[in-house]
Amino acid sequence: MDLFEILLSASFWAAAVRIASPLIFATMGELICERAGVLNLGIEGIMVIGAFTGWIAVYAGLPLWWGVGTAFAAGAAFGLLHATLTVPFGLSQHVVGLGITLLATATASFAYRLALPEVTSPPKIDPFQPYEIPVLSQIPLLGEALFSQTPLTYAAFGVAGLTAYVLYRTPLGLALRAAGENPAAVAAQGLSVTGLRMGAVIIGSGLMAVGGAFLTLSAFSSFFFDMVNGRGWICIALVVFGAWRPGKALLGALLFAAFDALQIRLQQTSIGAVVPYQAFLMLPYLLSILALIVMSRRAAVPAALMVPYNKGER
Amino acid sequence: MRLEPVLHPGPMRRMVPPALALLATVLVAALLAALAGANPFAVLGQIIVGATGSRLAILETLNRATPLIFTGLAVAVAFRAKLWNIGAEAQLYAGAIVAVLLGTGALAAPLVLPVSALAAMLAGALFLLGPVMLKVRLGVDEVVTTLLLNFIMVLFVSYLLEGPLKDPGGMGWPKSPALLPEARLPRIVEGLRLHWGFVIALLAAFVIWVVQTRTTLGFEMRAVGANLRAARFAGMPVTATLLKTALISGGLAALAGWSEVAGLKGHLSSDLSPGFGYTGIIVAMLALLHPLAIVLTALFVAGVFVGSDAMSRAANVPTYIADMLLATALLTMVLAILLTRFRVVRD
Repeated sequence: MDLFEILLSASFWAAAVRIASPLIFATMGELICERAGVLNLGIEGIMVIGAFTGWIAVYAGLPLWWGVGTAFAAGAAFGLLHATLTVPFGLSQHVVGLGITLLATATASFAYRLALPEVTSPPKIDPFQPYEIPVLSQIPLLGEALFSQTPLTYAAFGVAGLTAYVLYRTPLGLALRAAGENPAAVAAQGLSVTGLRMGAVIIGSGLMAVGGAFLTLSAFSSFFFDMVNGRGWICIALVVFGAWRPGKALLGALLFAAFDALQIRLQQTSIGAVVPYQAFLMLPYLLSILALIVMSRRAAVPAALMVPYNKGER
Repeated sequence: MRLEPVLHPGPMRRMVPPALALLATVLVAALLAALAGANPFAVLGQIIVGATGSRLAILETLNRATPLIFTGLAVAVAFRAKLWNIGAEAQLYAGAIVAVLLGTGALAAPLVLPVSALAAMLAGALFLLGPVMLKVRLGVDEVVTTLLLNFIMVLFVSYLLEGPLKDPGGMGWPKSPALLPEARLPRIVEGLRLHWGFVIALLAAFVIWVVQTRTTLGFEMRAVGANLRAARFAGMPVTATLLKTALISGGLAALAGWSEVAGLKGHLSSDLSPGFGYTGIIVAMLALLHPLAIVLTALFVAGVFVGSDAMSRAANVPTYIADMLLATALLTMVLAILLTRFRVVRD
């Protein structure tokens, strides 16, 4: 199979959209946090806790969408902890974020061992099944890639659209963006910077957890300790790559996922016979670093990102 | 609510919040033990006994603390200058690889240990230099680049262990050939399982303390961390200081991997570090980035891990309780330290 054959196959693009889905959820979550002025390095751990709680809820007998809801709630809870420490108390967002990642990851591992002490291979659940959208799924190439996915993938695109709409078309979005650019001006309007930022971190963290839950509820149908595997950090790079804009970040996630799908397929070609498989697995991480370098000159960082706001302080 | 600085904190304000943080951590541990169906007091006791209760336990704790002192120092040196090096894990493996490359026959007896130590430090330093160059030249955030490099490095080690560095006599296990005897760090006392890496770690802590408190470079590192713009305005060589900080930090993290291979294990495997690079962040933060305090917090963190392993075997409480405890300690302690300097005002 050569490169052109891969790029023209519908299954390749379907895989790219599938791989992009968890990244879209988590990237939107991180983007909402950062637009409000808070860097959320808890993302990696929050994705782990989302993957675990969503999976265990469904394993315990809840319907799949309740699993998604459970994951969102668990992510929001860790978001609340992150927000409390970084917004009113203004603690270092680097340290708190990494602490949240450690805490959330450890919580998932501890709870997993507690719930399933004797299990060597994790039990499977019945995951979301692909739903073919009538008519649209019949379009050649595009139909299989975009309109024959699981409901959670459609939800990911919905969340991206909703994020863009709220951020740019509503007063709430305007206030949120202003909280990340010029918090004093928001306070002068009589709005609560603390409330806006905390809300953004809580909702954003919930979305990150849903991104993690996609892995267990739609992709792998089981929970493994290392399943998130740096996806959270990649999403932080995607926010930068997307210049803090939902549309561009969505495109970035799709582009990134296409490369990821490509490296999986290239492993099976004649190139894969010569190059060690680890080199292919490195590509997503190398690509993320490359994306950061390319975008560094054009970065449109929110002006008050990582700057705590303390009322009455000038 | 809002925060108001306390200009002259009294002894109560300086002692009570950290004590409460410690109490909260112990309470979380007790709660988790109860959740697992065990007696909380017994579990806490077993952790303490498991870490310090016998000669073997103490040696194990000291051995576990050795790499943590190195990675803790690496993190502290960088964080002090507000250089967010989260890549100690990768730098650790860089040092471990060099220990194998030079310790399996490339160098002869009197040279091998000092040369491989220096080469390991250089490798770790260069591994951090890349992200820091990107930061100072292009403004690329070093948090993400150093984090991503950890994943790249783990894959690279996996490749080495299945390819060029594979032990032909390893029965299929992905591990490197054993180091030659002369490339191994000897034990401090014959018969006791504790190697000279521990002493080197203590020396490193002392040297870093001297550098930070008694040299111009140390002053510049603190100034850059406290206020980068002010440091630049005062005519300090900000870029050069950041690069030097990176070299020291990366070198220290690499020594962790070097001493694990040359001192403890004698070979490289992909499970050499159970996250020593990340745990170094907890060690450094609990020590408030103070080099000498890092020795104590590394011993504490190592004790929690070793004790939890022992407790887990006896009481059937998952060993991940250690990670939860330490993450709780980290978060409550940073909050407590803030509350020693600020008071919360309602408005």
